[in-house]
Amino acid sequence: MAWAKKILRVNLTDGTCKNEPLNMDWADKYLGQRGLATKYFVEEVDPKVDPLSPKNKLIMTTGPLTGTCASTAGRYSVVTKGALTGAIACSNSGGFFGNEMKNAGYDMIIFEGKAKKPVYLFIDNDDVQLLDAGKIWGTSVWDTEDWIKEHHQDPMIRVASIGVSGEKGVKFACVVNDYHRAAGRSGVGTVMGSKNLKAVALRGTKGVQVKDYKSFMKAVDAGKAVLSGNAVTGEGLPAYGTQVLMNVINETGALPTRNHQTVQFEGAHAISAEAMAEPRKSDGKPNLVRNAACFACTIACGRISTIDRTHFTVAERPQYQVASGGLEYEAAWALGAATGVDDLDALTFANFICNEQGYDPISFGATVGAAMELYETGVIDKKATGGIELKFGNAKALTDLAEQCGKGEGFGAEIGLGSKLLCEKYGHPELSMSVKSQEFPAYDSRGIQGMGLAYATSNRGACHLRGYTVASEILGIPEKTDPLVADGKAGLVKAFQDATAAFDSAGICIFTSFAWSLEDVAPQIDAACEGGWSVDKLLEVGERVWNLERQFNNAAGFTAKDDNLPARLVKDAAKVGPAKGLTNQLDKMLPEYYELRGWTPDGVPTNETLNRLSL
Amino acid sequence: MQKSLVIIPSKCTGCLQCELACSYDNESMFNPAKSRIKIFDFHDKGRFVPYTCTQCDEAWCMKACPVDAISLDAATGAKVVSDELCVGCKVCTIACPFGTVNYNADTGKVIKCDLCGGDPECAKACPTEAIVYVDANWTGLDKMRAWAEKTDAGQQASA
Repeated sequence: MAWAKKILRVNLTDGTCKNEPLNMDWADKYLGQRGLATKYFVEEVDPKVDPLSPKNKLIMTTGPLTGTCASTAGRYSVVTKGALTGAIACSNSGGFFGNEMKNAGYDMIIFEGKAKKPVYLFIDNDDVQLLDAGKIWGTSVWDTEDWIKEHHQDPMIRVASIGVSGEKGVKFACVVNDYHRAAGRSGVGTVMGSKNLKAVALRGTKGVQVKDYKSFMKAVDAGKAVLSGNAVTGEGLPAYGTQVLMNVINETGALPTRNHQTVQFEGAHAISAEAMAEPRKSDGKPNLVRNAACFACTIACGRISTIDRTHFTVAERPQYQVASGGLEYEAAWALGAATGVDDLDALTFANFICNEQGYDPISFGATVGAAMELYETGVIDKKATGGIELKFGNAKALTDLAEQCGKGEGFGAEIGLGSKLLCEKYGHPELSMSVKSQEFPAYDSRGIQGMGLAYATSNRGACHLRGYTVASEILGIPEKTDPLVADGKAGLVKAFQDATAAFDSAGICIFTSFAWSLEDVAPQIDAACEGGWSVDKLLEVGERVWNLERQFNNAAGFTAKDDNLPARLVKDAAKVGPAKGLTNQLDKMLPEYYELRGWTPDGVPTNETLNRLSL
Repeated sequence: MQKSLVIIPSKCTGCLQCELACSYDNESMFNPAKSRIKIFDFHDKGRFVPYTCTQCDEAWCMKACPVDAISLDAATGAKVVSDELCVGCKVCTIACPFGTVNYNADTGKVIKCDLCGGDPECAKACPTEAIVYVDANWTGLDKMRAWAEKTDAGQQASA
């Protein structure tokens, strides 16, 4: 129950689609979604594979709770070897695609090989077809979704697709569903594009069942009550979205600014949640239209925004004078503080383009920030940028590059390499603010020490969603720790990483963890699924998943040397704010972390650890 | 007291908890495709609108049914489909001006909102009170109160 107990295997090379029973022994050890799909992936794919080779596979996966009425239970993930990182990738998305996949009767879809010409997968319950994507190849995510619904004459189809950036090999392309929800990071859309797979369109009407309805509804109702009663999930996120953090993190002195040159941005307020709610001069309306929920979510942190119609980006372009997915904190930071641009409408426009053309605003904005530093230090000039005045703070440069990147053209195509390859190309690898080639998100680890370790050890490259110690270090969840101190952070990072892997494997949103511990989650999973799901069992799954991902990366060629931070963060002290004078103390935290993990000093899980976790 | 479902679109976040609750109550599974209430997402406008049967007094679906499979629940005012009598002719789906009676191809019967016998699950599941179940004679009370609050007390006193 809860699991559909069926997977769909699509061989794009042969054009075949086959059903297989879900491996329930693995489901008992890896639960679902991130964990279970990673297990399938590592069993089937050579860790050394080139991410863009037909031998790489791509898995779209739900969790056992996906499609139920548990709060936020609509998540799905895309698991593959990331095009940006060359590491295990698992990018999680909300919206309504995951529940539709489960309703069609599939826990996951495994794509292998490469289609001879562009195709899309169409699923109407048991009717599965690979169809010609000739008419949508070369079009945006938005046009693709519209075309599929119109072509099949069914407005209730749910679509996940790539934009032109994914077709053109932009290294950080996403898979976007429901117009503006994305499996965003690590270049999972790039892998999809390399397989000539444009979209997956689903219609599912079979329903989702759980093991014990009575216990399930009781546990779900209790969970919902905890969410609505919590200050973050019940008040802050619905009202302000994740953007509630912009001013908070800036005041903390942990808002990376202008490619991490400093840690506070003078324009933070102008791009914050508060600014999104202020009426603008031209029409008296605010940027924010309203909040919105993903499937089954009782938090509803999503932003629906409009751009000022008089703004230079849209004044002549009515197609963008509509409401669409607005700025989340990470995107607002990357497009704004990382580039020094404090024009809220320019950021919202760039965010629209990221959604429309299907690429990650975090990696894009951070890479533009790195390119701006290359430009301002004279390493590159207008000849390299195609005439763009690439100075920090230039909103027009940002939005022009957003459009170029979306089409894989001009200097935008070079931005599409990601900061690591771009900075290496111009001889300054030290200016790439990344770990394992993936750009940092919106927290400077000099001001939030634990995040330095979380970034350095994240299995998918720098990421806030693998171990969000910001919750403890800044927000005091579940208990407050000092963000400026490295002591004790190794254990904190491990605890967050393991719990997060369990949340991700269930099919629910990690944002619930602002209010829920695994004590709230376990009864919901246990009532839905066979297997006796206790907190301890979930924690073990989380730790097992973490180690499985680590083993894949080690076999792919990553070593302890890759658990590292750029010199800027460990050598150059923060110049302002509460963290003034501090660097990140990764060297103090990392050995303790390896020891707590049961890994050798070289970052390799010991046999004892592997045995303990049945790996 | 007879009650009615009242929908306040401005409060709807589009989460579909109502569709999940409806399908669970009627089909014993979570299946938005079988929900009697639907959420419409007007994406370009940033609006979500829940829509379901308003239980017309003069119910065209009931009048159109050739086999009297739709009857009035006197306690709730709901027009209720009898699965035993329904022959799946779909005339009611044509008669309903609002589209809220629909055919279920899996069962060969039509489905519509029956107010869950007087305790609608959609209203209970809605996290934002965008769907409420209130006195049928006073469905406008909250709107009246909101407007009443906006009247200028000072101006009234001086008039």
